[in-house]
Amino acid sequence: MSDAGAAPHKQDFEEVLDRSDKSVAAFEGHEKNLMDRLQHFLHGNPTMVPVIVLAISIIAFGFIAGDRFFSAFNLSLIMQQVSIIGILAAAQSLVILTAGIDLSVGANMVLASVIMGNLGVQLGLPAPVAIGIGFICGALAGALNGFLVTKVRLPPFIVTLGTWNIFFALNLWLSGAQSIRSQDIDAQAPLLKFFGESINIGGAQFTFGSMLMVLIFAVLWYVLNRTAWGRHVYAVGDDKDAAELAGIRTSRTLVQVYALAGLVCGIAAWAAIGRVGSVSPQSFQEANLQSITAVVIGGISLFGGRGSIIGPLVGALIVGVFNSGLRLAGVDVLWQVFAIGWLTIIAVAMDQWIRKVSA
Amino acid sequence: MTVQPILTARGLVKRYGRVVALNHADFDLYPGEVLAVIGDNGAGKTTLIKAISGAIRPDEGEIRLDGQKVDFRSPLEARDAGIETVHQTLALSPALSIADNMFLGRELRKPGFRGRWLRALDRDKMEEVARQKLNELGLLTIQNIRQAVETLSGGQRQGVAVVRAATFGSKVIIMDEPTAALGVKESRKVLDLIQDVKSRGLPIVLISHNMPHVFEVADRIHVHRLGRRLCVIDPKKHTMSDAVAYMTGAMEPPVEAAVA
Repeated sequence: MSDAGAAPHKQDFEEVLDRSDKSVAAFEGHEKNLMDRLQHFLHGNPTMVPVIVLAISIIAFGFIAGDRFFSAFNLSLIMQQVSIIGILAAAQSLVILTAGIDLSVGANMVLASVIMGNLGVQLGLPAPVAIGIGFICGALAGALNGFLVTKVRLPPFIVTLGTWNIFFALNLWLSGAQSIRSQDIDAQAPLLKFFGESINIGGAQFTFGSMLMVLIFAVLWYVLNRTAWGRHVYAVGDDKDAAELAGIRTSRTLVQVYALAGLVCGIAAWAAIGRVGSVSPQSFQEANLQSITAVVIGGISLFGGRGSIIGPLVGALIVGVFNSGLRLAGVDVLWQVFAIGWLTIIAVAMDQWIRKVSA
Repeated sequence: MTVQPILTARGLVKRYGRVVALNHADFDLYPGEVLAVIGDNGAGKTTLIKAISGAIRPDEGEIRLDGQKVDFRSPLEARDAGIETVHQTLALSPALSIADNMFLGRELRKPGFRGRWLRALDRDKMEEVARQKLNELGLLTIQNIRQAVETLSGGQRQGVAVVRAATFGSKVIIMDEPTAALGVKESRKVLDLIQDVKSRGLPIVLISHNMPHVFEVADRIHVHRLGRRLCVIDPKKHTMSDAVAYMTGAMEPPVEAAVA
């Protein structure tokens, strides 16, 4: 560019710039070993890490546990088993992408399911109304988290640690710590168990709940990658101050993220009634931590702004594959928990190793 | 003066606790000019710039754009009014692509059903515009407009931020220390870019510590000292050492300059 207008202003020492070397920097291509190549490949495609781990673990357990593991029925059963944690992991991912954390997802879901059960079964409201109110309560509970994080400026960890307990207490109060029995749901509001139903394709049994999980991830993938709002979520998680200066209403985006996560918890509540078959206030007590595990194994950075929403779906499936494979191989439950613990640590260590490479 | 200033500030005050960052500061920017703002560290330059770019709200005083009183509650409002700022921190999201960053907060949507109802981004269009603007302003030759900003060098990042401001600014462009982190070559490009933007008729506010740069591109120099405007000097009538003397308090400013 340096047009004539700018030229007279140039300072003496800059005269030589016109003669400067214009070639692009080139470096000796040092021989790369396999590990370096792998590291580079994974750096460019971080989502591939959980996918590769999933593929390897399926093949490995196929050898260890044999045909019982590798059957269409068992693989679809794994989908069913992880569906609720998977949906919660989708909600959790949204919050973690903004560099937050939501410890209340599980409690929020159980509270919403108790509300759906109370309204639909005990008060006898039409099931769609009960479910709709459950969704709204889930979203409002999420919005409360968002409000406390943005307006009261409390750390997400503290806010959701508090609301986790609050939602749990409310759920015990509303339910009287009593489950709503399966046959009562069938009699009053069978729609509540919709997501427990399934279709059979060649021995594989796909529940509507597992399809719902895949659908939710697909929708969120679209929203995060193909809409402006999704880009804002990443920008806020990446560098909140920069996003604010770049003209994003960061507080509003954050409240929306927490509210959407709450709504997804509400949807998970409906699916959970179908999966369990009853409304149980004492169920899913560890769901929040399991959802975080799935997100971390799925390669989403806890520092925000990085990772694909597809990762946690794969992460949830990895956990399911490990549990199923180890169980079929006759390993005690405690070793399943042991394995998932190591898996989480290894996943984060891998993540650090991949990020270390310079692009 | 017969020409009306495009952007003025009168009596701006901003306190942070007991620290007074702005103490009844005034500011005038005329159409088509490059106004440099210089001052010692802690003189309140950045606070002044933040006030006119909407990043903070002054406690007192008023700001007028085109003669109209404005009260920006956020950078977004200042931006909508046509004031674009290149912040010292650049305000780029490292993990997002160059195109995503250029259009952050003002993304283009696809036409028709997909854009209107599915809110789909028009990525092709945004990438095309981003590539075109970067080439047009000759700042960098980037192979891949989709690469993350964190993979760029400091100079290239600066370039993206400057091009973003130049693309979308319609009234005023503010640059806070645009050459501070740059090498000789990159600084030259940014200075050329400032001339380029000026030749399109857009006024520029340039905050800088670099006296040669300031004296090269500025039409007028606003000297900021102790939270307020000390004087405005003409770079053709004053030397660099005069400017430094005024801003550090080593010398009293000339009487006529205090009014200008």
